[in-house]
Amino acid sequence: MRLIAENLGAERGGEPVFSGVSFELSEGDGLVVTGPNGSGKSTLLRVVAGLLPLAGGAIRLDGGGEDWPDLQAACHYLGHQNAMKTALTVEENLRFWQEFCGAPHMEIAEALEMVGLPQVASLPFGYLSTGQKRRVSIARLLVSWRPVWLLDEPTAGLDAASEKQFAALMAAHLQDDGIIVAATHIPLGLEGVKALRLEGATRC
Amino acid sequence: MSETAAARPARWSDLANPTRFIALADRLVPWLAALSALVLALGLWLAFSAPEDYQQGITVRIMYIHVPFAWLAMICYSIMAVSSLGTLVWRHPLADVSVKAAAPIGAVFTLLSLITGSIWGKPMWGTWWVWDARLTSVFVLFLMYLGLIALTRALDDPGKAAKAAAVVTLVGFVNIPIIKFSVDWWNTLHQPASVIRLDGPTIHPTMLWPLLTCAIGFTLMFVTLHLMAMRTEIWRRRVAAMRRMAARAADAKETGGREAGR
Amino acid sequence: MLALFIRDMRLGIRAGGGALVGVLFFLAVVAVVPFGVGPDLNLLARIGPAILWIGALLASLLGLDRLFQADREDGSLDLMVLADSRHMLALTVATKCLAHWTASVLPLVIASPLLGLFMNMEPVGIAATTLTLLVGTPAIAFVGAVGAAVAVSLPRGGLLVSVLILPLAIPVLIFGVSAAYGAVADPNPFLPPFMILCALTLGFAVVGPLAAALALKFGLD
Repeated sequence: MRLIAENLGAERGGEPVFSGVSFELSEGDGLVVTGPNGSGKSTLLRVVAGLLPLAGGAIRLDGGGEDWPDLQAACHYLGHQNAMKTALTVEENLRFWQEFCGAPHMEIAEALEMVGLPQVASLPFGYLSTGQKRRVSIARLLVSWRPVWLLDEPTAGLDAASEKQFAALMAAHLQDDGIIVAATHIPLGLEGVKALRLEGATRC
Repeated sequence: MSETAAARPARWSDLANPTRFIALADRLVPWLAALSALVLALGLWLAFSAPEDYQQGITVRIMYIHVPFAWLAMICYSIMAVSSLGTLVWRHPLADVSVKAAAPIGAVFTLLSLITGSIWGKPMWGTWWVWDARLTSVFVLFLMYLGLIALTRALDDPGKAAKAAAVVTLVGFVNIPIIKFSVDWWNTLHQPASVIRLDGPTIHPTMLWPLLTCAIGFTLMFVTLHLMAMRTEIWRRRVAAMRRMAARAADAKETGGREAGR
Repeated sequence: MLALFIRDMRLGIRAGGGALVGVLFFLAVVAVVPFGVGPDLNLLARIGPAILWIGALLASLLGLDRLFQADREDGSLDLMVLADSRHMLALTVATKCLAHWTASVLPLVIASPLLGLFMNMEPVGIAATTLTLLVGTPAIAFVGAVGAAVAVSLPRGGLLVSVLILPLAIPVLIFGVSAAYGAVADPNPFLPPFMILCALTLGFAVVGPLAAALALKFGLD
């Protein structure tokens, strides 16, 4: 399975944000996108996820087979928001996303164990702290299987220990022949991944 | 826009370029304005020299402007629907400009047709307003225009506003026949059709010609106004883009200065 | 899809969902009418179906603007659009509409016979009105989804949604009230407007979610 992006370009409100971004990732590859504020990291991830239209270039997933006919079907997207309802319990939230996304991977209790929050399953999501919310949101990536992870500032709000834990989770995903594209301005602690730097708006 | 495009099919692709469109509009607008003024003057003169209706008297002259207004209210919505298709299906860059520019013009024509209609209705039916099927449908059309105007103005990003407006316009276009049909049903259920007959006597040629001239004149005026509104809208977008670029440039200068100072 | 339905139902019923507020609003609107038109029971009986329908229409518009907005704010909407190839977005929209209808409009339909009694309506009229509300109000939810999708990124889109949707909901209102009257008043037929009402609901069930899905896809940022 290969994720190929050729000459990607994107615009927001009619203004070009970036152009000519190319990369190629095969199974087990990670890509860390860095760059200053406003350089289009989040935009790039949303373009890859197909949530924003392409202004130029092409992106495709090769060799996904029957299971993953296109890129949208094959990816988990972790955005700035956690996509969880504060009125529902953690378990209800995760169970919903597991059933909605299909392809169950881990049990909910197991996924919560992996992010270090085994006790919170029956608590309303709204009661958790910012870092805990983020970790529950990361657990969502684990309850359904998707080969491609698109992570937008995944470690925002996490403490050092949780960051390390999350780095281990990402490494495990790469070991399982997954693909990760992460946008961040904090080093993620991933070994042997490709890097892409967007320069963006500061050029005149 | 559809009219100009239909007149010069070869220019359809040229029109996609806003600069060329503005150039074309600059050339066309004075001529169209003059022509529509001429035709309108002729039409109104004909209208006032036409014989009075033996039943309706002088009030029948309102018809010569009322009918074209009502006609244009519908034409304008059709143009907006076609332009919406242009936005969603063919992604024609000027289609959304056309929708945004047409909505206020359509609303004004619809309002004018309602006003002239009720001025005509007062002496004829003895009341300013009746919940007649046709009047009600036009009133609903007016409400839809206002809703669309509110929508196109409420969203900041012109691209997003255009697509949202296009979806609503098309849903409305599908709905208009249903509304018309349902209002007809509602009306016949509540009051027999004998009370009001908008048709009046079958039109006599002495009235038909002034009416047609007026209709053509108002249509030309509509095309002129639409072209002008589209041109204004394109300019407005350019100004917005330039302002954004200016903001961006200021930001770059600032960070450049900071980096140099470091 | 069932998971989505259950989730939205839960959200609607739990505190903060505001589904019950819709029923209260309905009660309040209907209760205010006699004060406006006077306590003449004959008059109330005559306009009863219309009052119930207008109240239901307004109440079901009430929560519509939040239909997608809440999901957009917490990022769920992105994931739903992303799952397009697994669950077609239009179906997702339709499911959300149904959940919204079940959680916040169905209670109101159930409450309408009681209010019919307040309005001094005949039993047949009450039954007919309840039936038309049951069949007709989903159409408002479906067509309302278009407005909600279009105004999803507007912070105060509630009024705009109502302004856009009300003209489109006129046919539903007309045929709903016609059918309700048809059951009581003798010369007027019941079945034809009722069948048209069913057709409208079915038609909007197709057009509404499709258009709303289109608008949602374009409306992302």
